[in-house]
Amino acid sequence: MRGLVSVMLAVVTAMFCTLVTYLPPIGDVKSAPNQHVTPVYIERSAEDTGSPNIVTGVIIDYRGFDTMWETSVMFLAGLTTVLLLTSNTVGRRKEGEPEDKEAGEVIK
Amino acid sequence: MKEPFGGIILNVAFRMLVPFTIVYGIYVLCLGEYSPGGGFQAGALLSVGVLLARLILGFDTKFNVLGETAVVLAGIGTFLYAFTGWLTIFGGADYFLNYNYMPIKLEPAHEMHALGIFLIEIGVAICVMMTIINLLDGIVKRGEEDGSAE
Repeated sequence: MRGLVSVMLAVVTAMFCTLVTYLPPIGDVKSAPNQHVTPVYIERSAEDTGSPNIVTGVIIDYRGFDTMWETSVMFLAGLTTVLLLTSNTVGRRKEGEPEDKEAGEVIK
Repeated sequence: MKEPFGGIILNVAFRMLVPFTIVYGIYVLCLGEYSPGGGFQAGALLSVGVLLARLILGFDTKFNVLGETAVVLAGIGTFLYAFTGWLTIFGGADYFLNYNYMPIKLEPAHEMHALGIFLIEIGVAICVMMTIINLLDGIVKRGEEDGSAE
């Protein structure tokens, strides 16, 4: 099984390494993503959004709904981290108390 | 942070640093529309002002936001973003966050977009600022419980 995984990993890596050479160069105006919606953003973002900064126009105006959930995710992630950090002390050893070997590893 | 680590040099230096950091944070927030920057970066800068005061003077400092308040304010910041979207819906927009239907009518139309972008960036900045303060608060509290802070 481990040998199969190694072979598959080797094949996938070789595939990726080969396919990388077929990617369009960075900044190529004829590549597919640069012909779909990017020209519209570049042409119209200043008059549509009132912002001379195209990045701001895209992330906050055209893709505003996406950024809203991004903010929510960040808020929830911070909240969850703090909840985990300041959660209860059940199962944690008090300072100076000898470690109980029979109860297994004490979560700390 | 029972034991603040400010000496006389840090005490004097951070009083000079904090106002400039906060002014720069507000600059990045307001000019995010024109230059690189925006809500996320401004929030990080604004939080530095509070965190420096807390690290150097301890929790007794006047210029402080406690963890419980920070959670509430972070939620309010996120709510402000969503509320801007609802404002446009109340104004009759066909989809969420369509700034052309802001309740306040401005001419030309892209001025309303600028207003909406500004409201949203204030919300994001408050959320980011308070989340960072909240994280430091949690880490400090955990350290004090474990006794590893002393």
